[in-house]
Amino acid sequence: MNIIYMLLGLSIIIALIFLIAFFWASKNGQHDDLYTPSVRMLFDDEPEKEADQKSDEDHPKG
Amino acid sequence: MKESISVSVATVCYHCGDDLPLAPHTADDKQFCCLGCKGVYQILSSHNLSSYYVLNAVPGASQKKAAQHFEYLDEPAIAANLVDYTDHKTTVITLFVPAVHCSSCIWLLEHLHKINPDISQSRIDFPKKQVSITFKNQLISLRKVVELLTAVGYEPLISLQDVVKKQQSDHSERNLVSKIAVAGFCVGNVMMLSFPEYFGFSNFEEHYREFFNWINLALSIPVLLYSSRDYFISAWINLKNGVLNLDFPLALGIAVMFIRSAVEIITKTGSGFIDTLCSLVFFLLIGKWMQQRTYRYLSFERDYRSYFPVAVTLITEGKDQPIPLSELKKGHRILIRSNEIIPADAILLKGEAKLDFSFVTGESIPADKVLGEMVYAGGRQIGGAIELEVVKPVSQSYLTRLWNNETFSTQKNPIKTFSDTASKYFSIALLFIAITAGLFWVNTDINKAAAAFTAVLIIACPCALALSSPFTLAAVLSIFDKNKFYLKNTAVIEELARISTIVFDKTGTITNPSANGFRFTGSLTETEKQLVSDLARNSGHPLSRELVRSLDKDARYSVDRYREQVGRGISGTVNGHNLKLGSATFLGISAQEKGSVVHILIDQNYCGYFLSEQRWRAGFKQLALTLGIKHDLHLLSGDHDHDRNLLTPFFKGSQQLHFKQSPQNKLDYILNLQNKGAKVLMFGDGLNDAGALRQSDLGIAVTDDINNFSPGCDAILDGEAFEKIPQFISQAKDAVKVIHMSFLISISYNAIGLFFAVQGLLSPLMAAILMPISTATIILFTSITARLYACKNKLL
Repeated sequence: MNIIYMLLGLSIIIALIFLIAFFWASKNGQHDDLYTPSVRMLFDDEPEKEADQKSDEDHPKG
Repeated sequence: MKESISVSVATVCYHCGDDLPLAPHTADDKQFCCLGCKGVYQILSSHNLSSYYVLNAVPGASQKKAAQHFEYLDEPAIAANLVDYTDHKTTVITLFVPAVHCSSCIWLLEHLHKINPDISQSRIDFPKKQVSITFKNQLISLRKVVELLTAVGYEPLISLQDVVKKQQSDHSERNLVSKIAVAGFCVGNVMMLSFPEYFGFSNFEEHYREFFNWINLALSIPVLLYSSRDYFISAWINLKNGVLNLDFPLALGIAVMFIRSAVEIITKTGSGFIDTLCSLVFFLLIGKWMQQRTYRYLSFERDYRSYFPVAVTLITEGKDQPIPLSELKKGHRILIRSNEIIPADAILLKGEAKLDFSFVTGESIPADKVLGEMVYAGGRQIGGAIELEVVKPVSQSYLTRLWNNETFSTQKNPIKTFSDTASKYFSIALLFIAITAGLFWVNTDINKAAAAFTAVLIIACPCALALSSPFTLAAVLSIFDKNKFYLKNTAVIEELARISTIVFDKTGTITNPSANGFRFTGSLTETEKQLVSDLARNSGHPLSRELVRSLDKDARYSVDRYREQVGRGISGTVNGHNLKLGSATFLGISAQEKGSVVHILIDQNYCGYFLSEQRWRAGFKQLALTLGIKHDLHLLSGDHDHDRNLLTPFFKGSQQLHFKQSPQNKLDYILNLQNKGAKVLMFGDGLNDAGALRQSDLGIAVTDDINNFSPGCDAILDGEAFEKIPQFISQAKDAVKVIHMSFLISISYNAIGLFFAVQGLLSPLMAAILMPISTATIILFTSITARLYACKNKLL
């Protein structure tokens, strides 16, 4: 049953990684605007007839 | 979806959804209400951005209002104050765009680079209505960017008192979220490690107990030192000031819990209360977060600086040059265009000044000024461009002097909440019980005495108590928000419940600024109405514009020999008829009528007159009657008293109606009421109410567009929700009732716990169960009852 020591350590380390990831996201302002990204992801990149037009207009969406 | 678009296209403007005039503007088979809307459509369609209209039907904002001038953005000194970041290649600016309202807006504003590739990136923050634009400053100027935004129908609001900057520097919420995250992390792990303790270890697992306890103790340290830090700081500061607030028993409970747990774990006598400690802090922080959450990004701290323009056009040696308002000095000659605001007291040098002071003084009729006359700051020029010479700097002007009043320099007293009052008695009672319990056992068993003393402090740690206010008030806040009543913070609700006296401003508050009505006395045929409308259409005078709007006729005839005498009337020939509209002296007739009157003369026949009256907001009469039952109603108006007779029935006696009040008068009047012991609620809308709003116990700004300027206040009420005021007040009273009830519930939970604690029988398991149960009860009870009451008050 000594495996418990290792499992416990691992579980806490994994949880810590998630906590750090959360901090990182929060610091980057990912939680500042919780609405816009949900709408943004629904937009098609190049809707309708435009798709077959020149592709060099592909600006970085940022 | 498709169908609804094609239907709406037939009757309303394709861009903004306003009703189409008789002769609409057309482009590509689409119909538009005005050239502005058509212009926006043409820009978008020529850049392959027509999806804007596919995502939502009629997504645009009306473009009928004249756009501002942005020359001043070319001045480096002004621009430097506005941008977030700039180097030799790129500039980043965050702008507040009030028109943002739907997914089409997001889509379009994030595709600005398609219209102009020199804009490298644009990102929207929808809830804040802010757009952050990155552009190549070598290729496009800030002014061009702003003008592009304006051209596609999203004019940014740029003001001196920059709201955008303030919000960016405010990281307190992010800090709180971090604290919650840490507490959440710890409580999750501690719970996992505490479960074996709850179910009991078998003999061969006994050695794990110690190990788990040590990890628990380690996990509780960040909770104690980081997450719950604010409670210790707040308790200490309050204690130094001789105040016992709820943070004191909380901090005491947390500290005692930690110390007792640490002692038990180190001495190997038990496993302590680490689980209770962590979940307590976690729940408390969530309650705090609920309370701090704001639903709308509105500014409640505005003063004249956000009403005034950022820059003003200075005339030097015949050349126009924009300068920042702060550099405006006495003796400067300035140019004020149509629709611009006069920033400082000045003397009129050139042009015809026709100034709308309704926002500043409450006077509803525009004032005409002649050359050489003094013009006060805050008026909006309605006629053509004028030239002025500044006689007083901005901060010393008649209007802005109000902000030098001491009311604005002192902090407004924080609103005293019920939980502040209750926690004082609670803390004293708690300490008394803890010490008594300790003393009772001290002679028989010193260990039991310590156990009883600490157990009382732990079990009575007022977690549920501390959560009842935030959860109730947060629920009410969101209910109010849905009803277009936006509060600065949750304490406003409790203050609203205590109000005894209500003071109204008149112009713009109880009257609807955009809906003036005309009452016609006399007789006019439909054809004659058409003639009157066509003549009045040529004039920029507010009364003429109102007249055109209320007659609701489409332009048909053109006018010959049009003449306008400023402030007196207009004349001209329409379809072969001679028409004269205006004052009695202008028409050469003798008539006595108070208020704003337009007399009509067609082919020398007197047809009657239009009397302009301001319209009360919907439901005002009913509202005044309902509120008048329980509250003392007063009216303070900056306007003349031509409505006195109409208003007297709503207010108890005419001594509660006051007209021609200056901003200072209003402030003093409120102060006087407060000195008589009244709790004053003030409704206002203009800059002239700013002092009164600030002085009153609760100042509510009424506005028809919440994104427009409103003076500093505690809450902003959308004009549409005006008739719901009595419901808001009774909901606030019910909210206080709910808080009282949940206090009772949490105290009874405390009593159960105390029953065991004083006997020294409290087990960690009992604490670990009682604490979350009481918390969950309170959260459920408050959110459900607050909503039930909202249904009763017809707010949901």
